[in-house]
Amino acid sequence: MTEFLQQLLNGLSLGAIYALIALGYTMVYGVLRFINFAHSDVFMVGAFIGYYVGEHLPSGTVLGGLVVLAAAMAGCAVLGIVIERLVYRPLRGGPTLNVLITAIGMSLFLEYTGQLVFGATPRAFPSIFPAKVISVHGLIISMNQLIVILVATVLMVALEFTVFRTKIGTAMRAVALNPKAAQLVGINIDIVISFTFGLGSALAAAGGVLYALNYPSIDPLMGVVPGLKAFVAAVLGGVGNIPGAALGALILGMVETFVDGSRWSTYKDAIAFAILIGILLFRPAGLLGRLSAEKV
Amino acid sequence: MPKPLITLLAAVLAAFAVSHYSDHIDPYYLDVITGVGINVILAVSLNLVNGYTGQFSLGHAGFMSVGAYLSAAVTLLVGPRLFGDAGGTGLEQGLLFLGALVAGGMGAALAGLAVGIPSLRLKGDYLALVTLGFGEIIRVVFQNVESLGGALGLNGIPNYTTVFWVYSFAALTVFTVVCLVRSTYGRGFLATHDDEMASEAVGLDTTRYKIVAFVVGAFFAGVAGGLYGHFKLTITPTGFDFTKSIEIVVMVILGGMGNTPGVILAAILLTVLPEVLRAVDQYRMVLYSLLLIVLMLVRPRGLFNFDYSAIAARLRARLTRARSGD
Amino acid sequence: MFHPFRSLVALAVMGALSGAAAQESVKIGEYASLTGKEAAFGQSSHKGTILAVEELNAAGGVLGRPIELITDDNQSKQGESATIVKKLIFREKVVGILGEVASMRSLEAAPLCQAYKTPMISPSSTNPKVTEIGNYIFRVCFIDPFQGTVMAKFAKETLKIHRVAVLTSVSSAYSVGLAKYFKERFIADGGVIAIEQKYTEGDKDFNAQLTAIKAEGVEGIFVPGYYTEAALICRQARELDMSLPLFGGDGWEAPELVQIGGTAVEGCYYSTHYSPQVDTPAVKKFVARFGARFGGETPDAMAALGYDSAQVMVDAIRRAGSTDGTAIRDALAALKNFEGVTGATTMDKDRNAVKAAVVIMVKDGQFKFVQSVAP
Repeated sequence: MTEFLQQLLNGLSLGAIYALIALGYTMVYGVLRFINFAHSDVFMVGAFIGYYVGEHLPSGTVLGGLVVLAAAMAGCAVLGIVIERLVYRPLRGGPTLNVLITAIGMSLFLEYTGQLVFGATPRAFPSIFPAKVISVHGLIISMNQLIVILVATVLMVALEFTVFRTKIGTAMRAVALNPKAAQLVGINIDIVISFTFGLGSALAAAGGVLYALNYPSIDPLMGVVPGLKAFVAAVLGGVGNIPGAALGALILGMVETFVDGSRWSTYKDAIAFAILIGILLFRPAGLLGRLSAEKV
Repeated sequence: MPKPLITLLAAVLAAFAVSHYSDHIDPYYLDVITGVGINVILAVSLNLVNGYTGQFSLGHAGFMSVGAYLSAAVTLLVGPRLFGDAGGTGLEQGLLFLGALVAGGMGAALAGLAVGIPSLRLKGDYLALVTLGFGEIIRVVFQNVESLGGALGLNGIPNYTTVFWVYSFAALTVFTVVCLVRSTYGRGFLATHDDEMASEAVGLDTTRYKIVAFVVGAFFAGVAGGLYGHFKLTITPTGFDFTKSIEIVVMVILGGMGNTPGVILAAILLTVLPEVLRAVDQYRMVLYSLLLIVLMLVRPRGLFNFDYSAIAARLRARLTRARSGD
Repeated sequence: MFHPFRSLVALAVMGALSGAAAQESVKIGEYASLTGKEAAFGQSSHKGTILAVEELNAAGGVLGRPIELITDDNQSKQGESATIVKKLIFREKVVGILGEVASMRSLEAAPLCQAYKTPMISPSSTNPKVTEIGNYIFRVCFIDPFQGTVMAKFAKETLKIHRVAVLTSVSSAYSVGLAKYFKERFIADGGVIAIEQKYTEGDKDFNAQLTAIKAEGVEGIFVPGYYTEAALICRQARELDMSLPLFGGDGWEAPELVQIGGTAVEGCYYSTHYSPQVDTPAVKKFVARFGARFGGETPDAMAALGYDSAQVMVDAIRRAGSTDGTAIRDALAALKNFEGVTGATTMDKDRNAVKAAVVIMVKDGQFKFVQSVAP
């Protein structure tokens, strides 16, 4: 029983990280209708910003940890906005294939430049929050896992608030629903899109720092696999649907953890893609999404 | 005889001739030439899917690996059983190799069918991800199959690949793609590429065309994989990963999606250039990714996307004028 | 960082031997993973090789001629090593080839070296298949069948543990091979493998596997993988309140093991080819000269083996008295008690080096030599 509960906790913690990344994917897809392949590398940059900032701070303090988190989020928000402005905006309105290719190019560029600049060897992420382990009836709860779950929840609540109760959030939803109509009622699309990118990238950065906290070995290619899985989670929940992304991520995290502990652990990467294909076959709208008709 | 067929036969004969004298060619140059041929097959077959039909496949290397493993399994398992210790004559080996390549191609085509049928119903972005995922699944599967070498890969593959085989198949690939594109199927591909919704509205079964393009592309990727396996003599699951797929995608984009001569030129350039630039190898992927971004921003049609038939016609006209003008 | 070194080495040597007529240098080729996923190992090995060539040239080269090292990077990618080796043999006309660290890539190049009768020495590929390719393929390190038994013996006799778990990386042939040989020996010695778990390289989360292992109540865990995952595994094991020893093979050896693992790797063990702390004059001099050449760095096993592979190749050329491939090959096969920095090296009939392994313990963030295990 303890083993089951332990795996449950592990799955929750993993799912929380996937959720943070998935949210960025889903928001950008909702607003711009394309998969931002570079998102997983923003996640990586967030972890590296956290690494460099964390090196200069005393380790093991809550304040230090929060500073690192904030720095990474701010840095990546800027990165996301810059990428959108320079590379995606000029292609807006053109064929989506072109933007997709550009996004892939951007993703590869970040990865391989990262390898040149940071070196391909994995680095040790500093332990920025106090690292403690509590034992409850044989169930091991690490401080880092709790922090991941806590921070992820706080950020998701904040996101929900932003999207549903602020003006800019409403503007985001309007653009997601119908860009032309949103422009007609006076919404500045450029600002909304920049904001969406910034917000999504900040969340990815938080995901990166929290991921590095739990698995303290970072390298320039660390975003590839988690990013892919987070996207699967977003599709699972229904792309463009924010609670859906969180739900999908949670489910994926759980499934992956339980497969990991079983005989089939080496197939766990394949499981995520099998889920993707399954969902696309049987319920393309995702668990919480609604299939929208494409209008000509 | 129609012109494409003549060209095909001429190419096969030329390949045979070169192969015959390959002993006199420096093995390193031979290596590069063979590599070029294999990349031409990969790029031209992907061009059918990405370029002409407009479906974004990111898993071409996955089909290549299916072909590589399957054909190697045939030559490694069936070969000894058929020939015993004697090893078989050149002709027997050649026939075995042909069979192995075709088997590899068919296996890859089947995989293409399995991947294509569910995902080609959906929009472009999803196909990209599913094909990517498929490539990953294939890698994981081969890593876990001990009889095919597992993580260490399959070694000791017989050295059957020659310039003849590679360039004959390259010519065949180009021939097939060109013929397909000029046929009714081609109209279907192009219509699907230009406007899927309108095509469906006039009654075209776009899914069928997409699947045909996908399966044919996968077949030739499998053949290329078989040629690759019997060229490098060692294949590993991780060698056919996403990076390899991207390298082929770059060739298609550079050459101009839907432009076969352009894609062939791009394949040649992108195989030879890394050899020449070995000194700056570490920047290769960075340059590739920048190339993708810049191309899309500045010249999405591709660098080599010229109307080659028009150029050929103009040249011919100029030559005729020059001759009659004298 | 480590681009082909040929011009500088040749230039420096030309200057030094200004008395001699413009001698044609003896060219030795090297293919290594200087960039990409396994850059850390490749770069380390390469540094050792460079140091050896420079020292040999300072001492007059070989056969009265300077040695030119021509290195090409295979970017840790499949398919590149084959092309590089052809280029080295036919364009650069090298007389021998050094490479590679990873068995996977050695297996790619070996058939070519064999076919073209160019002797190849792998510094640190431990999979037995590599030298089975042919009689022109050698290695200066021990092979996994031996390394597996080393840790099995150590666990049973020194640590006195009888019930272990094995956590293998299925995406690495090295890991799978080492696990197999460990298990064979451990069980033969009367030990019990209570549970086996698997992971893939690049994995970050081992909680699931460790939780399952913990439930079996084992006394130790054998992790025959690479340092990145090993460090994370140790950390997560400690977080799950498992204070048992974890141990592994030469894939553990890298400074990152301690950097990433922190206090979690204290008291853990691994087997490897050499230790900079071994108290012999040869090792001490090597460590000093390596530090002087490479900014104070301490050479690890990869560097030491890279160094020895170059030394052994040149020694063979000297004993053969010519640059003919077959003569060098025969000289290599006859190698006996060569004093390398990784110990006395003799080639056995399978062209593998017969030498002792060392067991290292991580203590106070340092790699401490524990004992030497002879074959």
